[in-house]
Amino acid sequence: MEFQLSDEHRMLEKTVREFAAREIAPTIKELDRTHSFDPGIFPKMAEQGLLGICIPERYGGAGMDYISLGLACEELEYVDTSARVIMSVHVGLYSCTLFQWGTEEQKQKYLVPAAQGDVIGAFGLTEPNAGSDVVNLQTTARREGDHYILNGEKTWISLADVADHFLIFAWTDMEKKRRRDHSGISAFIVERGWPGLTTDTIHGKLGVRAGNTGSISMNDVPVPAENLLGQEGEGFKIAMSALDQGRYTVAAGATGLIRACLDASVRYANERQTFGVPIGRHQLIQQMIAYMAQRYEIARLLYLRAGWLKNQGIRNTRETSLAKWYACDAAFDSASDAVQIHGAYGFCDEYDVERFFRNAKGAVIYEGSREIHQLLQAEYALGYRQDRPLRCELPAYDPETWTES
Amino acid sequence: MHAIVCIKQVPDTTEVKIDPVRGTLIREGVPSILNPFDTYAIEEALRLKEQFGGKVTAISMGPPQAIEVLKEAVAMGCDEAILLSDRAFAGSDTWATAYTLSQAIRRLGPFDIIFCGRQAIDGDTGQVGPGIARQLKINQLTYVCKIQHIDFDKGEIRVERLLEEGREVVESRLPALLTVVKDINQPRYPTFKGIRRASRMEYPIWTAKDLEGANPAYFGLDGSPTRVVRVFTPPPRSGQTEIIQGETVQEQAAKLVEKLLAEKII
Amino acid sequence: MALLQINREECIGCEACVAACPFGALHMDEERKAVVDDKCTACGACVDVCPVGALSLPEVEAPAAGLEQYKGVWVWVEQLRGEAGSISWEMIGKGRELADQRKTTLTACVLGYHVEHIAHQAIAYGADRVILVDDPVLEHYRTEPYAAVLVDLIRQYKPEIFILGASTRGRDLAGAVATEIFTGLTADCTGLDIDPETGLLRQTRPAFGGNIMATIICPNHRPQMATVRHRVFEMPAPDHTRKGEIIRVNPHLDEEAIATKVVDFIREEGQVNLADARIIVSGGRGVGGPEGFEPIRRLAEVLGGAVGASRAAVDAGWIPYAHQVGQTGRTVRPDLYIACGISGAIQHLAGMQTSRVIVAINKDPEAPIFKIANYGIVGDLFQVLPALTEEFRKRLHK
Repeated sequence: MEFQLSDEHRMLEKTVREFAAREIAPTIKELDRTHSFDPGIFPKMAEQGLLGICIPERYGGAGMDYISLGLACEELEYVDTSARVIMSVHVGLYSCTLFQWGTEEQKQKYLVPAAQGDVIGAFGLTEPNAGSDVVNLQTTARREGDHYILNGEKTWISLADVADHFLIFAWTDMEKKRRRDHSGISAFIVERGWPGLTTDTIHGKLGVRAGNTGSISMNDVPVPAENLLGQEGEGFKIAMSALDQGRYTVAAGATGLIRACLDASVRYANERQTFGVPIGRHQLIQQMIAYMAQRYEIARLLYLRAGWLKNQGIRNTRETSLAKWYACDAAFDSASDAVQIHGAYGFCDEYDVERFFRNAKGAVIYEGSREIHQLLQAEYALGYRQDRPLRCELPAYDPETWTES
Repeated sequence: MHAIVCIKQVPDTTEVKIDPVRGTLIREGVPSILNPFDTYAIEEALRLKEQFGGKVTAISMGPPQAIEVLKEAVAMGCDEAILLSDRAFAGSDTWATAYTLSQAIRRLGPFDIIFCGRQAIDGDTGQVGPGIARQLKINQLTYVCKIQHIDFDKGEIRVERLLEEGREVVESRLPALLTVVKDINQPRYPTFKGIRRASRMEYPIWTAKDLEGANPAYFGLDGSPTRVVRVFTPPPRSGQTEIIQGETVQEQAAKLVEKLLAEKII
Repeated sequence: MALLQINREECIGCEACVAACPFGALHMDEERKAVVDDKCTACGACVDVCPVGALSLPEVEAPAAGLEQYKGVWVWVEQLRGEAGSISWEMIGKGRELADQRKTTLTACVLGYHVEHIAHQAIAYGADRVILVDDPVLEHYRTEPYAAVLVDLIRQYKPEIFILGASTRGRDLAGAVATEIFTGLTADCTGLDIDPETGLLRQTRPAFGGNIMATIICPNHRPQMATVRHRVFEMPAPDHTRKGEIIRVNPHLDEEAIATKVVDFIREEGQVNLADARIIVSGGRGVGGPEGFEPIRRLAEVLGGAVGASRAAVDAGWIPYAHQVGQTGRTVRPDLYIACGISGAIQHLAGMQTSRVIVAINKDPEAPIFKIANYGIVGDLFQVLPALTEEFRKRLHK
């Protein structure tokens, strides 16, 4: 058993840490305050290789492993959640899913430019009336000749208004839709610019204000049949497998948020004095700090294990769900404590912790709410749920072939 | 084109704090880093390689763990990296350091240009660069903020040097040693490909024995003309604040100006 | 690679050395004996505090023979286009002091072209003797001819001490000369004095990012060379009646043999860089609005300083982020920091508390900024600043 990061992982961690400190930290307060998304971050992330970090070089990626994906997410969310969301959506949910399920032609056409960062991908599953209850989707895909015609409304889609390509989930079997049988759902790769597709931005979010979240409207959008991802009826399985990667990045990111809260709190507890001593000397402050330290270590071990399983090519839905559930709850509690430690200063945007607090809430809700993960873990424990092999599994990491161009 | 970059591992002095009670340095958690000024030197060498082809060699002197900064240099794009590490080098001041590095550089074979950061953030002397240049009998161009022109075939170089009063434009001949300032470029991040290469590469460690033809009397403490005789913490910021009183603001202003002039800071 | 020797028999495990080590190189092993690691720089801080004398460093060998031939204090007088900088006269002032302590003469080295007037100034400021090297090749400062001339002069005249200003040119030149001569050089000194027992020059300088001070000697090589920071030593008053000797030296320089040519000089116009500024006048929430920075700018202008700001003022949109001082802005370390209408939140203090002198101007006498300031004026900055600006203008003859 090896609990130490390799040289390669350590250097990658340091590089992304510096990248985030130099490219994101200086402007993040202003962007967050003005609810602005800065698309200028895409080319910078692309140049660094982040947008294809765990995709093999032959598909335009950087050829690193899945642990690298997690480490990068931790470092990005250490500075701000919005940057990590790009990784979750573009790499975790979109690119990894094409890598897992796409045909060679689809990979060449869509994965290569995505991994190089020339186009940005998003993930269109959630709808106004279908979040945790996936089979309540209303979007439909009607076959007409060599096309599918898509109609429907997606919402709470991260990067909706800035992405170029979308992975859209829609019913292809209307009979199964009526019966709520998820084997009637299919997945499609859809391009911006096709007739009938429009996007919009959602305003007034509690957190992740420097990130873009929006909606996608589809009104008779013609999608070529070859853009069906996987087979007809595999959409639900594709969506769930995509979440294994998405949730993994969210877990790793939330771990970074815990560390950010811990570092900010430790710094402040050493500086700020009350009753003639630094507040770090007060035991109730120490308790909050101790919990943050504990949560950080647990969250990190959980996500790194999930990443290791992915590297080995071992199914990890259960472990990833546990990591995501734990890390997001722990990040929210840590951010709340961090605000508490900062006192009145924590309540205003003089310090970063109020932003951490607002940002931490979202991840307790999305990519499987806290409650969904609790149900999953209970069902695994009770023996009600087990994962069956998929037609296409996420390929295991192979250091040799992933770096062949 | 062969460029050599001299780099140093230093404690991150911005992370150092003084224990207010004991008056000693708090060194727990002070990371060792690549001297920030050296990243500009590496970047400039890599830009020349991109423009003219050739190779960049990074060289450092220090304890075995200084390999870390060489890895960083390779991850950024340097082709080769060599560490000088030996008990015999211990206690080197800037003279002995410059001597040792210049001996190693001689052993590296022909080169066109040497880069150093303007100074290291732990010692802050800026003396090793000029020292190496003199040892190697090549031209030194310090505080360079821009290479205006370089022609390796003709051996020409024209640079801007950042001085107190402005930028001096200087022409010189190659090979030359340049020390560079922050304004010269924006260093790149290591690429993921570079990181993979850096973490899998072998790093030669040269000891005193490897520097054939060098005079061992010039290594380490023996080769160092200077000795540190005392180290102390500067007196902490005094808690005494003098509130300037006065009947009128003019009187207060006059008193304050008087005191500031007496402090010789204006 | 540590040079420190530890006598384990003697060590009593008191940890005095562990606490004293500025580099964290010492710790106690399981037998409670001191052990040293590679971080040791042989600075000797631990040797002095060990109560039982268990620690030692290699002895400084006996002075080399012939050092007594080296006599006199030398100063390099830096000049640009026939004008000597104040740093040179500060060197002369300090050099005079050192020469008097060593009961020897002070020599100024003036290199340049058409610079004889500087030789006379050097005598007025306190030099006993000037070595004047006036040659067209020396018109602009260049490392090669300047270093060559000084190396020859040092070999011929054998000075005991040689000090230069720690300007970019001074550091460039000193590094080259010391290497060529094979002598010690201490950069950026903030203190120079003569050890009364050994007669050696004690050179004190900040190290480790200013976190510690080190005193350095050069026991066995001559001259003892140092560069000195600007504005550390007092500028002496010139006495134009002083008499001194001027030695004219013909350097025999060949322009053709010098590879480096100065072809242009680009003067920097406009902005003072916050991080490099020697004087910073900063405004905070108390300035009340963008126009509130006007009196701050005027004071900064008279002082030749830069304008800083607290986060509160930047956030309010009164001044661009580039001016922000503090944890999320720039960290600065000027000689003089004047904080106007700044309360002194921790994250602001973190960015400026190592300034040499801090002046606080604030209406609120309880503002935390007064706790760390050297001087404070409790009052309205809109009254205090104009008065201060006027007073400086008068005193600085501007």
